[in-house]
Amino acid sequence: MFKIITVYGLMLLGALGRTLLLALLGLFFACIIGLIFGIMGVLKNRACNVISQIFVDVIRGVPMIVLAFFVYFGVPYFFNTIIGGFNVGLTALQAGTICLALNCGAYMAEIVRAGIQSVDVGQMEAARSLGLTYGMAMRKVVLPQAIKTMIPTFINQFIITLKDTSILSVIGFPELVNTAKNVQANTFMSFQTWAIVGVMYLIVITILSRSAKMVERRLSVGR
Amino acid sequence: MKKRILAVLMAVATMATMVGCGGSSAAETSSDSAQASSDKTWIIATDTAFKPFEYTDDNGDFVGIDMDILDAVAKDQGFKYEVQSLGWDAAIAACQAGQADGLIAGASITDERKESGWIFSDGYYDANQSMAVEASSDIAGFEDLKGKSVAVKTGSMSATYAEGLASEYGFTVTYFEDSPTMYQAVVGGQVAAVFDDTPIMASNIKDTGIAMKLVDGTGNDPAQYGFAVFNADNQELVDMFNKGLANIKANGTYDEIVAKYLGE
Repeated sequence: MFKIITVYGLMLLGALGRTLLLALLGLFFACIIGLIFGIMGVLKNRACNVISQIFVDVIRGVPMIVLAFFVYFGVPYFFNTIIGGFNVGLTALQAGTICLALNCGAYMAEIVRAGIQSVDVGQMEAARSLGLTYGMAMRKVVLPQAIKTMIPTFINQFIITLKDTSILSVIGFPELVNTAKNVQANTFMSFQTWAIVGVMYLIVITILSRSAKMVERRLSVGR
Repeated sequence: MKKRILAVLMAVATMATMVGCGGSSAAETSSDSAQASSDKTWIIATDTAFKPFEYTDDNGDFVGIDMDILDAVAKDQGFKYEVQSLGWDAAIAACQAGQADGLIAGASITDERKESGWIFSDGYYDANQSMAVEASSDIAGFEDLKGKSVAVKTGSMSATYAEGLASEYGFTVTYFEDSPTMYQAVVGGQVAAVFDDTPIMASNIKDTGIAMKLVDGTGNDPAQYGFAVFNADNQELVDMFNKGLANIKANGTYDEIVAKYLGE
């Protein structure tokens, strides 16, 4: 146990840092994607609804490990070899961010859509009859209420995404699991290695969910 | 009542699964030279794709030099076994955790491994590690790797070899789980080069026509592949393997197996 901490501790901490970087990048873009497709899902425009629904269905219907191999190996192969003439190259970090953003984004879109739809239709009608435009009513009346109901589910999704970064170990991104496999292979101490890695995830996720709970409490003031 | 029916159903399903597994891959032969007294079915862990030592052929059968040697040795010594194709590092972990009894996966016999608890059989194949690059690449040696990234397999000899060269030549090492993924990364340009066992790469280049080439002069000193166990209680298995290996080498089966896969 101590050998792993003293010899490989820094290496594992670095890997944890890269895991967090990947998760944050993925979440950032996932929020953008989720917001866009989620709002597209509730707009009174059939084409937007369909596009949003197709995106969500496709991404949700594919396991993330498949998505990872597809983005990292498949997409460059498609452009460089099948079509030819391109020189597309994705680093493991870029490919990993894309995978997380798409995967998490699809779930975020559903959360956003459900959150907005959970706000009583009367709110929108009342806002519109007071003379607000659709956009104004959405921004000032519906979204603030919707976001409050979305937050617990968002946090849940953040945690899932943080854990999903481990799947990206298969494309060689040196995040925590990829690095830990290496430590385990060097030391042959599987129990100690995976126990340490488990605790590292546990600490980070506990901090995340505790601080999220605080934010939730702040926001729910006045309910 | 409902729970009871469920319990019975589950028991039946479990039994069916166990019977199914046992029948499919366990070797149930015994010959005159049989030494094993026990009826134990040994669980042997291996890699998923390490052609030509273990891989799934076009018929969907899991074959390879390791598989054929294991089969010939088991027949010779009259022990039963069941192969679990787990992947390289998972196979090692399974053996250490006692989920599997032995490992046959083109594992090089090294002092470091012996010190950390591997118990090896006699060597059954000589192999070294070298570097390969994409077919049209102009990388001609380690000097051209500066600032680039190379693929290795987690916990393998190739990883040790590349790690030893990384700081001297200024390249970074990326870890993958199996050989095909590494080759894919080389051909796709995600990494500049791959370090792997020479016979494996040569066989893959020859058989699959993958756009990769070996770089001359990048090989290290050869080491022997051995069958391994991780628990002294399984010494019996190593002894049987050694005897069986000596027998199949003497009667020509070994040469037939190697010739079948490498065409020598």
